[in-house]
Amino acid sequence: MSQIAPAPALSVPAATTRARARRSGMRGKWPVIILFLPPALLLFTLFVILPMGEAAWYSFFNWNGYGLPDQWVGWKNYELIFRQSAFRNALVNNGLIIVASICIQIPLALWLATMVTKHIKGALVFRLIFFLPYVLADVAAGMIWRFVYDGEFGLVANIAEFFGQEPPFWLADKNVAFYAVLGVIVWKYFGFHMMLFIAGLQAIDKSVLEAADIDGATGWQKFMKVTLPLLGSTVRLSVFFAVVGSLQLFDMIMPLTGGGPSNSTQTLVTFLYSFGVMRMQVGFGSAVGVVLFVICVTLAFSYKRIFMRND
Amino acid sequence: MFINFGRLARQRGLFALSALALLAASVPANAQTTIKWLHLEANPDRLATWEDIAASYEEANPGVDIEFQFLENEAFKAKLPTLLQSSEAPSMFYSWGGGVLKAQSETGAIRDLTAAIDADGGAWRNAVSPAAIDGLSIDGKVWAAPVQSGLVSFFYNKAMFEEAGVDATSIQTWDDFLAAVQKLKDAGLTPIAGGGGDKWPIHFYWSYLAMRELGKDGFEAAKAGEGFQGEGFVKASQHLADLGALEPFQDGYLGATWPDTQAVFADGRAAMVLGFENMATASNQANSATDGKGLAQDQIGRFPFPLVDGGAGVITDDLGGLNGWVVTKDAPAETEDFIHYMTIESAPLLAERNNVLPTAVGSDANVKDPSLADSAAQMAKATWHQNYLDQDLGPNVGRVVNDMSVELVSGGVTPEDALQQIQDAFSMEM
Repeated sequence: MSQIAPAPALSVPAATTRARARRSGMRGKWPVIILFLPPALLLFTLFVILPMGEAAWYSFFNWNGYGLPDQWVGWKNYELIFRQSAFRNALVNNGLIIVASICIQIPLALWLATMVTKHIKGALVFRLIFFLPYVLADVAAGMIWRFVYDGEFGLVANIAEFFGQEPPFWLADKNVAFYAVLGVIVWKYFGFHMMLFIAGLQAIDKSVLEAADIDGATGWQKFMKVTLPLLGSTVRLSVFFAVVGSLQLFDMIMPLTGGGPSNSTQTLVTFLYSFGVMRMQVGFGSAVGVVLFVICVTLAFSYKRIFMRND
Repeated sequence: MFINFGRLARQRGLFALSALALLAASVPANAQTTIKWLHLEANPDRLATWEDIAASYEEANPGVDIEFQFLENEAFKAKLPTLLQSSEAPSMFYSWGGGVLKAQSETGAIRDLTAAIDADGGAWRNAVSPAAIDGLSIDGKVWAAPVQSGLVSFFYNKAMFEEAGVDATSIQTWDDFLAAVQKLKDAGLTPIAGGGGDKWPIHFYWSYLAMRELGKDGFEAAKAGEGFQGEGFVKASQHLADLGALEPFQDGYLGATWPDTQAVFADGRAAMVLGFENMATASNQANSATDGKGLAQDQIGRFPFPLVDGGAGVITDDLGGLNGWVVTKDAPAETEDFIHYMTIESAPLLAERNNVLPTAVGSDANVKDPSLADSAAQMAKATWHQNYLDQDLGPNVGRVVNDMSVELVSGGVTPEDALQQIQDAFSMEM
């Protein structure tokens, strides 16, 4: 309250300064712009715009990275991409990751978030435990789960044997491997989404919930009619991260399955790596990069436009 | 601000340059030549041998300094193209020959070694096995100095063969082999350890089958442009599919890496493995096995990849690795001399301490391990030494061959479709 008192005294000069600032406007800002923009602009151009342009240029060549690209092939690299069944697998897998995120991961994260924000004993400890997988490095998580899924020595094998079953080799079965990978993805990232929801839940005004209580709303009604609508922007943000994360997924897949068996667990980025970089098909890899870029930009902008307009 | 900084940097650079030039001009006697040796040897024992070789060379040549640079295998492959075209290029680096070496030779970033190899009336050339020089030459020019080669053959667990009543010496043809696999299966044993996750361990099968069907001339003709869709390749692919139909591998082999595969064999969980020459050495068994010991060497037998009925190949046609050292364009003139020292004069030391099979003539006498000596003896009789196809055909076609080998053996693709895909990749390269 004490801060309010001097405010009226200041408000007049403040208003005039603001007016003056508006009048002198850009004149005052130009030195700052000239001084501070070039480094950022230069770095951005050098390390973002230029490589993007280069990738687009290389994508029209059959080039192995040695010497200069000189074998112009036009759109052939792009044709080849869409003829590759591994690319279609990767595309479908990326879609599946997004679906699993929205249908399993986010509801799970939301449910757990509502649990651990309640004032029960040990809630904080559980918050920490649930968040732990996210802290783990992706590569480490991939290696750990490769071992867990191992049909000879792994945890899954031991559990199966305990129940008198033949130990399964999920990562070696092309019909199952990707679901095993999805399990790891949900395990790895639900903690992150849970944290987003915890922050969102804490921002909800308690009095709204109290009002609902007074109106005699049940727990479920409170969740559906009050909490969820107020969490809207957090959910939309969470889905956005899930989409972007799916498109970037790489470092967990490589140690886990390397994209196999039969390319059944490729994502767009592992596809780029194994078919572009490792095969020294820089032209082809660049074309995949361009396709990935287009997909990313389209998804990100349209999502922001459609769903996050008011956030 | 930036301009100032740039100018400052440039001035500093100029200053440093002129200082260097001054130094170089004033004290030529102390000028050190540095050979930058880029390698991917992660085994500390082997590296120690190399360091000893480098040290003794430095001692004999006071003006030369040898600097080791390490890159991990995959990083090496990914970074090399950029590295070679930069000012940070190493003086010498490791090569598996084949398509990658060809691509490197076409850029002008590496040095033609033919003159050095043929100097002094061909002293160097005569000291190395001709097949090795041949394997690292492109259109008559030598682009890498051979250092070592290898041999892929079947290794088997004698106790398990006995248990199933299989006689290894009777396995002469592919049909004999399939019969042996069936016998092992009937005895309730896993016949073969396979590494379908890494894929290349399975490409050995396709490579050998194609070599046995086509023989050297047929295979060379395919590589020279005839392509991979001829009858011999269809038959070879069908043989591999036939093997796969017997389900000869351990459970989950499609996810198994090479270390997993070696463990399956060394633990006695499978009766055979198609692997490298060092499979039966005590150190490899100890490193591979889950118990840290593995099979005793006298419990492991070896037989060459069987022949196919009516095929043009012979039993002395070998598939195996071939490695050499490549010299870069701006490397110091002493580099070739050092490589000669390392690959020829130090070959006995490499054979004895590093358990490798050097390509230098006569160095197999220094191979102490009996199982390695056995492989060396077969290689000495070689009528044809074919480098690994995933190296020889280049990284692109090579990886398609790896993919298709696994797909064929797991029944995911017909021979015709597999060959079509290999051919598609091959025609991109031509």
